[in-house]
This record gives sequence, structure tokens and C-alpha cells, in this order.
Amino acid sequence: MNTDLFAIPRPGLRWIPVWRRNFLVWRKLAIPSVLGNLADPLIYMLGLGYGLGGLLPQVGGVSYVSFLAAGTIVSSTMNAATFEALYSAFSRMHVQKTWDAILNTPLSLDHVLAGELVWAASKSLLSGLAILLVIAALGLTTSPLALWVIPVIFLTGLAFAAMGLIVCALAPSYDFFMYYFTLFITPMMLVSGVFFPADQLPAAVHAVASWLPLAHAVALARPLLLGNVPQDVATHVAALLAISVIAFGLANVLTRRRLLK
Amino acid sequence: MATLKLADALCVRGLRKRYDDHEVVAGIDFNVPSGTCFGLLGPNGAGKTTTLRCCLGLTTPDAGQITLNGHAIPQDSEAARERVGVVPQFDNIDPDFTVAENLLVYGRYFGIKDSIIRARVPDLLDFAGLGGKESARIQTLSGGMKRRLTLARALVNDPDIVFLDEPTTGLDPQARHLIWERLKQLTARGKTLILTTHFMDEAERLCDRLAVLDHGHLVTEGEPRELIAAHIEPQVVEVFGDEAAAWAHSRGTLGERLEVAGDTAFFYCRDVAPLLAALADAPSLRYLHRAASLEDVFIKLTGRELRD
Repeated sequence: MNTDLFAIPRPGLRWIPVWRRNFLVWRKLAIPSVLGNLADPLIYMLGLGYGLGGLLPQVGGVSYVSFLAAGTIVSSTMNAATFEALYSAFSRMHVQKTWDAILNTPLSLDHVLAGELVWAASKSLLSGLAILLVIAALGLTTSPLALWVIPVIFLTGLAFAAMGLIVCALAPSYDFFMYYFTLFITPMMLVSGVFFPADQLPAAVHAVASWLPLAHAVALARPLLLGNVPQDVATHVAALLAISVIAFGLANVLTRRRLLK
Repeated sequence: MATLKLADALCVRGLRKRYDDHEVVAGIDFNVPSGTCFGLLGPNGAGKTTTLRCCLGLTTPDAGQITLNGHAIPQDSEAARERVGVVPQFDNIDPDFTVAENLLVYGRYFGIKDSIIRARVPDLLDFAGLGGKESARIQTLSGGMKRRLTLARALVNDPDIVFLDEPTTGLDPQARHLIWERLKQLTARGKTLILTTHFMDEAERLCDRLAVLDHGHLVTEGEPRELIAAHIEPQVVEVFGDEAAAWAHSRGTLGERLEVAGDTAFFYCRDVAPLLAALADAPSLRYLHRAASLEDVFIKLTGRELRD
């Protein structure tokens, strides 16, 4: 047991029963859960894409709805991972005390957090994948390169799940999450190139925005959907991985401080 | 079994735990021999739950050594918990699952195969008086049933040692008696029980040994009968009524010790005859004559003031 606050997490593979616990709950509500995750972003994508898109010339060299497809996938992935790591994980940690029950078994907090991290990323993978399928079915992507979006979705989910677990560890109540959404998630959606090319922004904002995790995800997913190899693949992948690792480490420290005192 | 020296299931030496500038556990020592039931008593805030958390390796003590089932805690607590069951103070059963799914999912945390857990479920539920409730949803269970499910869940890994933090708080008498009976069956099967409670009748019935914790210190430790004999006069007469307090103060010498709380006077006596004779002359007062109990010891050692 790492009761030492700053010990490196050593989850091994014992996090799997925690992941399976969450999966078993999800399985009971799988269809409404997938439909719920699918409907909202698709309405936005199709509404804006065809409605607003009809008024626009090409955006980034393609039709607006094709431009919007990649942003829709990664932003719904972000939302799914964030919701799971905030509201759902907080319910299990603070309200239902599910984590307390698990900590009385041979599992430690390292295992619980790793299970929650991979679970939130898995759930966001399903969410992103469902949208990718619809996009492919609509003929908005035709290149086999689009399959590479699948690992991008998972990696994006990991990064946002890890960041979400930090917020979860700090939250006194559900209301706290509103700050994270209004101060971080929503502005990030607007400056990361989801709805319009980020180079439309003032140069200073664009420079800062290109460091954001969602911007890296967009930079990978958009070219792949359009059948091109993204530029600076290694940089974007490394950035998302680094965010995942650092955020997860910090989430471990903060959660230990909260629960193992 | 006098020839067989059993190892201690739990050994605590010099345990200290401080939160900010408040020392919640202030240097305590105790041993729990295998196969016995040990009770940790104390008012609210005495440090009972913190002591249990330290013993399970869920928090690092500031000082002291703990050995649980032969494992050093907290260093080796994950291995120690393989053979331990826990009934926490507040039920944390998974509300999203049925009764049987709760046991299945919990058993997986111990690395037990699904087929083995499924085979154990009927026996566990029978033991907890929940036979046939496999597919019941948690929301349909009463408070007593949830508590019993928590007990069944704590036994899913067939533990050697079971920790129970206030196992019967909030239960009605029927549910409480059922839990007591089951806990006795567990000790009869050779399991070690470590429980906290502030119900003295519970402690007196179940525990082979107990310790009273107050303000982070162990105030006393021993067998229930032994503690009553050591700390308190054998007879108690409770006198109540509007004039009881005034009456008692004027006749305080009729008992070895007198305590007045509200409109009740407690006389602690070795010989009650003179007091009962005096009471016969005071028909307006009602009284209760009884043997001294663990509760009297508890109140004597920890005082009558409310704890929050």
C-alpha cells in the first residue's frame, strides 16, 4: 500500500477487477448510454455542419461538415472521459463509498485509480467509436487511415480521464465540477480547432491554444479522417501521453492525500 | 486447548496517530489472540475507527508497530488483507448490483475465480439470512438486510480475521440479535473477530476480551466479567423521581459511591440491604436494583458528559 503520498503508482494488473466492476454496471445501461453519448454530438455536427455549412465556402479545404467530423469525435471523447472521471468517479468515491469498500480488500488506491482511468478512457473510446462509425456511414470519411483515429480516441480519453481524476480528487461536491467545465473544458473546445481552424484566432491565443490537449487530439484526428498523415505525429502523441502520465501521477498524490489520511 | 499456544491475529504496539494538533490515538498496545473476539469500546471520537484504519493499513501511523496475521502493517497490508474481512461502519454495498452481483464483484477484488465465488454465494446468503435473495435489488433490502449482506460480503474470501466497525448500530433488536448469533457462529468456526461498539450488552455478550479507548488512550483492558469485578461495586440501585436527587444526596453514605444524573441517582453498593430498607420508607421514589454491568464500568471510566 502506497500510503506514502508521493510514491510512484504501481497498479500492476490488479486494477482489472475495478474496471470490470464499472463495466458490469455500464452493461446494464449500455444502449441508453451509447445513444445518449451519440445523439447530442451528432445533432450538433449535422445541424451546424449542414445548416451553417450551407452558408460557408470550404473550411480548411473541405466541406464544413467534413471539417467538423474530427472535432466532433475528439470533443465527444473528451466529454465522455471527463464526465466519467468527474461525476461517476466522484459518486463512487464520495457518495456510494465504493472505493472505501474496495480499499478493504487486497486492492490499494493505486489499483482503484488505474481501474477508473482505464475505464473512463474505455467508455470514451466507445463514445468516439460510435461517432466514427456514423461518420463513416455518412460517407464523411473514406480513407483506411481513419482507422488510426481509434488509438487517437483512446489516447485522448486517457489524457482527459487523468485530468478529470485530479478534479475529482479536489472536489468538495458535484457543484465544483462546473468550474472545470466553464473555465477549462468549454473554452478549450472553442480554441482547439473543433469548430473552426485555430489559426483564425489571434496569434497569441493560437500559440497558447496549440499546447492544449484537445488541440493535439484535433491535430491528429482531422488529417487522418481526411486521408492524410498528420504532421508532427510524434509530438502530438508524446504530448497526449505526457499529459496522461503527469496528470495521473498528480491524481494519485491528491487522492491519497484525500482518502488515506 | 491450554497446551496449544495460538499466535496473535493482531498485535499493536505503541500506536500513535495525529491529525493536525489533535492526537487521535495516543500510544496504545493490545493483542488479539487467534480465534477470539476482541472488542474495542469507547465514546464517539475516542479513536476506535482510526485504530481500525491503522490496523488495516489504510492510513500510516505516526508511531508504533502493527502485525496483522503475521504481516507488518502498513508495509505488507495488501498481503494481510487477503485473509481479512471488513464490515465497515456505514454500508457501502454497490447499489447498481443485485445481491449476488455484489458478492461476485467483491470476490473478484480478492482475485477469486468467478466459478468459486458463484459456488460460495448460496452458503454466504444462507448464513446471512438472505437465502433466495440472489437477484434482489439493493434498493428493496431493509437496513438489517443490507447490514447482513455487508457481513456476507466480508466473508466472501473466507477470512481468518473479520473487522466489524459498529456492526449493529441503527438496527432493530431482531436484526441485532441475528447478527450477534452469526458472529458467535464465526468465532465457533475459529475466526478472529475484532469489533468496535458502544453497545455494552453487545460487548459483554460477544467479546472474550475488550479494551476501553478514550481520548486516544486505552483506559482498561480485560475480560468483561473481570473488568466489572475490578472497576465497579457488584450491585447498582437506580433511584428515580422528582425528589430522587435531594433524597440521595442526604443518604449518600448508603452506597460506596453515588452518582446523580438528571432525576436519577445511581448508588453503587457492596451491601444493598441498608439502602433498600431506607427506600422502603420512601414510597414516593421508584427504584431499580440490578447487578453491575459493563455499561457502569464504561460510564465510570469515560464519564457522563456527551461526546460529539
